[in-house]
Amino acid sequence: MSVDTATVKKVANLARIAISDADAERLAPELNNILGWIEQLGEVDTKDVAPMTAVMPNTLRLRADVITDGNQRDAVLANAPQGEHGFFTVPKVVE
Amino acid sequence: MSALTDLGVAAIRNGVRDGDFSAREVAEAFNTAVAGADALNAFIVKTPEHALAAADAADKARAAGETLKPLAGVPIGMKDLFATKGVQTTAASHILEGFKPEYESTVSHKLWGAGAGMLGKLNLDQFAMGSSNETSYFGNVISPWRRGEGDTTPLAPGGSSGGSSAAIAARLCPAATGTDTGGSIRQPAAFTGISGIKPTYGRCSRWGVVAFASSLDQPGPMAHDVRDCAIMLEAMAGFDPRDSTSLDMAVPKWEAGLSADLRGKRVGIPAEYRMDGTPAEIEALWQQGIAWLKDAGAEIVEVSLPHTKYALPAYYIIAPAEASSNLARYDGVRYGLRELAEGQNLQEMYAATRAAGFGDEVKRRILIGTYVLSAGFYDAYYTQAQKVRTLIARDFDNAWSQCDLLLTPTAPSAAFGLGEKVDPLAMYLNDVFTVPASLAGVPAMSVPGGLDSAGLPLGLQIIGKPFDEQGVLNAGLALEQRADFTARPKVWW
Repeated sequence: MSVDTATVKKVANLARIAISDADAERLAPELNNILGWIEQLGEVDTKDVAPMTAVMPNTLRLRADVITDGNQRDAVLANAPQGEHGFFTVPKVVE
Repeated sequence: MSALTDLGVAAIRNGVRDGDFSAREVAEAFNTAVAGADALNAFIVKTPEHALAAADAADKARAAGETLKPLAGVPIGMKDLFATKGVQTTAASHILEGFKPEYESTVSHKLWGAGAGMLGKLNLDQFAMGSSNETSYFGNVISPWRRGEGDTTPLAPGGSSGGSSAAIAARLCPAATGTDTGGSIRQPAAFTGISGIKPTYGRCSRWGVVAFASSLDQPGPMAHDVRDCAIMLEAMAGFDPRDSTSLDMAVPKWEAGLSADLRGKRVGIPAEYRMDGTPAEIEALWQQGIAWLKDAGAEIVEVSLPHTKYALPAYYIIAPAEASSNLARYDGVRYGLRELAEGQNLQEMYAATRAAGFGDEVKRRILIGTYVLSAGFYDAYYTQAQKVRTLIARDFDNAWSQCDLLLTPTAPSAAFGLGEKVDPLAMYLNDVFTVPASLAGVPAMSVPGGLDSAGLPLGLQIIGKPFDEQGVLNAGLALEQRADFTARPKVWW
């Protein structure tokens, strides 16, 4: 499987990272080199092997259904690049 | 008496307790050392006042005749991946520049609760992605070590915990926190002649640690010696309801349990770790390590971990896949950088923010992760890698039927020069000996074994069974006592 510049641009768009044509040209061979090396995994026989889901045996815990946090509006907004009237603000998304 | 900055965690703790010196004297000595070592670029933020406040609290407690906390009077370095309330936390990235958390990570909270003070936030590879500390937005960390007399080539302190390793080796702090995803505690420890342990996955809480690959990330201590690692780990470990993968187990008294007597222990030597191209000096050190463990009473057995060669490629699917998901949160909305040109819409703002805020290696890994998780490739790459991960963990399980511990080299080379490894793939290969234990979640530590012909440190790695940090520390102690590693970098900075 070979990655071309169009694929790099598509993946970058999926990842929401703006890249220039020059970036895509540079990244395509780099990614191909890495992905080509990764492909050796295909030679491992994994028939009847379950994919790992938890590295240490652990059970998902339930906690009491009670409020443990809240009323932290100012702390939540403290690092926002832009906030107004107690909200995060972003460019207009609805016309 | 030697300089206070030459002392480790146990010596400082005991000295403060016994009144040999005050905690304030210790903090001042380290603050001065940190202030004079800008050439190493080990710290992103310095917090001398934090260290002094903790020291004064320790001195006051002693004067009042109170029982001192386990780390009273010990100033440490904090890897800048741990959220520290009110103190900039960046993961060495531009996208988090200026971010001052409103909360404290569990691990740092525990350390302050144990009486430790903070000297500053330590530099690292950006988002902990790297093996040389060359991907930090805040510049390379320079190792205090140099190749022999007169050579001034700047060397890598290892990565990603390169600020931690450089600062300890240069005696800027007696101990520091690290995090290990594929070797980020052990490889830098090996490169700088110090010790570091990655505990069993889940021992130390990930809450408040900037996430890279959540199924692999594990905090752990780095220090001059095994005892200091044990003391630090006791303060850092413990169940945390805020981390869903935290181990609900009591924290053992690792320091009290230290013993270099390995009689009755079987140590496995995995044949697959003998790799072409490994320098003869590393092979020789490995043989020396085997002899040291035998001398400590251990029985040596040959074992096989047949899927070892697939660990790295599996890691470089799983870790970037998790990273691409974890790093989706950096969107320029809730915290960190925002790039928004006049007239841009929300989607363009996301893309511009992430383009400006992430470094090249971080982008590379996000793209690989996005690619292997994208429609049509998920099973071929990601599911296959998770199956291979099962096989790698099974290799370790099988080995434990023949032995209690494994001994390997920590890294396939000594520290390399900054800028010498430009190919990303060549850099990834440096983690070949550390990644398998990360994929299996088992505890592993690096201790210094000796110097190579250029005078650079080489490390030996001990890997143990799940939850057997004690066994790992004890074998590390047996190696440490026999290696008698006293070399230290000459001050040039």
